[in-house]
Amino acid sequence: MAEQVELDKRAAATAPARGPRILRSTRASRWAIGPGVVALAVLGYLPYLVDPNSTTTLVNFFILLVLGMTWNLLAGYAGLVSVGQQAYIGIGAYATLWFAQHGVEPFVAVPIAAVFCAVVAFPLSWLVFRLRGGYFAIGTWVVAEVLALLTIRDSSLGGGTGTNVPGLDGFDPVVLGAITYWAALAVAVLTLAGCYIVLRSRVGLALTAVRDDETAARAVGVLVPRAKRIVYLVAALGAGAAGTLLAISQLNVQPNNVYGVQWSAYMIFVVLIGGIGTLEGPIIGTIVFFVLQQTLSDQGAWYLIILGSVAVVMAVWARRGLWGLLDRWGLRLFPVGYRVLGARSGRL
Amino acid sequence: MNWINAIIQGLMLGGLFALFACGLSLLFGVLGIINLAHGDLAVLGAYVAVALLPSVHSNALWALLFVPPMFAIFGYGAQRTLLQRSMQSGPLTTLLVTFGLSVVLQNALQEGFSADSHSLSVGSLVTKAFHPASSISISYLRLGILVAAVIILVTVQLFLAGTSTGRQIRALSDDVEAASIVGINTRHVAGVAAAIAFATVAVAGLADGMYAQFAPTSGSQLLLFGFEAVIIGGLGSLWGTLLGGCVLGLAQTIGAQADPTIGVLVAHLVFLAILAVRPSGLMPATVEA
Amino acid sequence: MSEPLLDAQDLTVRHGQLVALHEVSLQVSAGEVFAVVGANGAGKSTLLRTLAGLHPTHGRIRFAGEDITRESAHARVRHGIAMVPEGRRLFRSLTLEENIRIGQVNARAGSWDVAACYDLFGWMHARRHERVSHLSGGEQQQVAIARALVANPRLLLLDEVSLGLAPVIVQQIYRVLPTLLEQGISMLLVEQDVSQALRVANRFQCLLEGRTTLQGTPEQYTVHDVEAAYFGFTAEDAS
Repeated sequence: MAEQVELDKRAAATAPARGPRILRSTRASRWAIGPGVVALAVLGYLPYLVDPNSTTTLVNFFILLVLGMTWNLLAGYAGLVSVGQQAYIGIGAYATLWFAQHGVEPFVAVPIAAVFCAVVAFPLSWLVFRLRGGYFAIGTWVVAEVLALLTIRDSSLGGGTGTNVPGLDGFDPVVLGAITYWAALAVAVLTLAGCYIVLRSRVGLALTAVRDDETAARAVGVLVPRAKRIVYLVAALGAGAAGTLLAISQLNVQPNNVYGVQWSAYMIFVVLIGGIGTLEGPIIGTIVFFVLQQTLSDQGAWYLIILGSVAVVMAVWARRGLWGLLDRWGLRLFPVGYRVLGARSGRL
Repeated sequence: MNWINAIIQGLMLGGLFALFACGLSLLFGVLGIINLAHGDLAVLGAYVAVALLPSVHSNALWALLFVPPMFAIFGYGAQRTLLQRSMQSGPLTTLLVTFGLSVVLQNALQEGFSADSHSLSVGSLVTKAFHPASSISISYLRLGILVAAVIILVTVQLFLAGTSTGRQIRALSDDVEAASIVGINTRHVAGVAAAIAFATVAVAGLADGMYAQFAPTSGSQLLLFGFEAVIIGGLGSLWGTLLGGCVLGLAQTIGAQADPTIGVLVAHLVFLAILAVRPSGLMPATVEA
Repeated sequence: MSEPLLDAQDLTVRHGQLVALHEVSLQVSAGEVFAVVGANGAGKSTLLRTLAGLHPTHGRIRFAGEDITRESAHARVRHGIAMVPEGRRLFRSLTLEENIRIGQVNARAGSWDVAACYDLFGWMHARRHERVSHLSGGEQQQVAIARALVANPRLLLLDEVSLGLAPVIVQQIYRVLPTLLEQGISMLLVEQDVSQALRVANRFQCLLEGRTTLQGTPEQYTVHDVEAAYFGFTAEDAS
């Protein structure tokens, strides 16, 4: 990537002064680096500053953020609208449980369980890719249901009512909360970095082509099935990691909770409200989700009714979400796009 | 003999799935809408009956008279306002819109009626059955649902084949633009198709409510089976949907015969197996490449 | 001079950034055949589709004395405009007869009905219950024309009826047009095949990149004039 930019620069230097240059970053993205680093430092220091309840809330925030970012990758970039990501949340949670029951330290199990999800996702992808569009969505949901039903049959994993995660009793609750928080923060940052790298790379460019016009993408040589499969596996990895965090933070794994389709609802709302197809969108969407959830927490399911309605309205009337409304001027905090400078207007 | 009983029960269950899937098929075949809220619409129908029945009559069969027409009007309105608009934005949008609506519906029902289960009373009909052989019991209610499903499917099929509006609906599903230039009022006709779909899902919801308990979250299970029936049967074929429904019903009851806890699982596994082997379904109108 | 049957003024149609039609005007009088010619992408089909009601436009369209600029496509059929679209676009789920019958849903009163179409195209009656996908291109084209006829239009819009058809078949189809004229149906046809178009047309118009480059009667111009308008040559380019 850097090499390409370097070549461009040299080409621009030797070419007549008005030749085009290609830039990856924007002024906004360069400005965002400073505050971004500061925010990260503050977040890292947070357990020393606030009470355990707040860190638990933030753990849930990071879990949802990870889910939103990976669903955005699936649907916003690869065009794979899945309603079955909860399959991997469940596998991640139950894998963590299994590892804990067999003596593995739960926090060590986090990456192993996440990778296990990607491994399981590989053969499943062949199955669900046989369907398109809405039928693909249903297919992913059915897969999640089947996995839930199969998991319930194993009583050692808690059967239908669930069970506790062993191996974490020795920790002091506050310390446990802090370590869980840092694990969640790490997963969120890694997921964000991972999405950023994928989108900035050739796979990312391929995905944008697939998203815009799959047939045309195939025609210019993009390996569409491979690109989609990569995205599906990455999303499974992310959802799996989210599942492991769920198991650890709740200390309990219940099938209705981890395999529930409400997770798909949450990640879809987050992405629709924030803005599909951008990296910044899910972050905003998750913030809005949490603000609403915390504000309306004692009104039962009303926050979901409102979120759902807002998501529906945005899907029809504000397709690019809240970030899209701010994006009128090509605002980008994450430099994954391309900007061509110095080209004569009207010729692009 | 229990196996024969299971087969018969499975066929009758299949009738219910097919009735439910009829609306799904219509909405997708004609309007290209994947309605992820379809299951919740069925449940909504049952809840409307719960809310209105006490003031009409205690026997839920009366609900069949007023709930489907209400839903037909509701469907026409929904199509001409929200769904029409989201169709213009593309298939991804309608998917997300209907999913959002599904969540809103489920939670609204939960707020309105609590998470408890309800059922629709049909008086003594629920236990009446006839016994053609010693261990075979055929409930009048369930048989009635199967018969109703077949009648409704036949009626819809005849409507589409034989009436002017039916022809317009078929033309619309082939080519929206060409339909408008030959003089078809496409928005109105789309509304009629949606009205029919919503009316059938209301009947399916009422039938399901009479047949078993329902709760605000029951819609999801119905939705999955409905779509599986459509996919197994092959897209674009109402008779395929009936076949698909029966396959699922049979899988569920036969599976439950072997082990009561695995009925639903077996049905889903049969679906996945058919998906793996024959993705275009058993009786497709068109075969996907 | 009485008001023309169709009077379109300053039609401008955009597809996103692209301007498909730029201030195109035309008039079609009752009882005439008007041809619109031009190369691929010139805007001919867009013009016809706009007149049929498929694209919103700036400018104004008057038909038989009424302003129909804002009317939907299906309402224009009731006014008397029927289109035979490019590529035929018959309904695959419907049989031959159903395809013709469907044209009657918003028809005007008149003498054209299914039976009259069977008289005009003798082969159809025997195959009326067949799926239209089994028909040849030329047969499909005739069904598409019949479908438009049963609406009893005053103006028939014909979009590239010769596309993809053998010359013999094209001749067969064009032979039907005088009969329709006699019955009082005016025609606006779009053709890539310029000589064919000019052979049947009373007046014509040539489009290039969404703009009118030539209009008048075929007798007024030489082949060279028309070619220049079609391809966009200027006098300097030619020499």
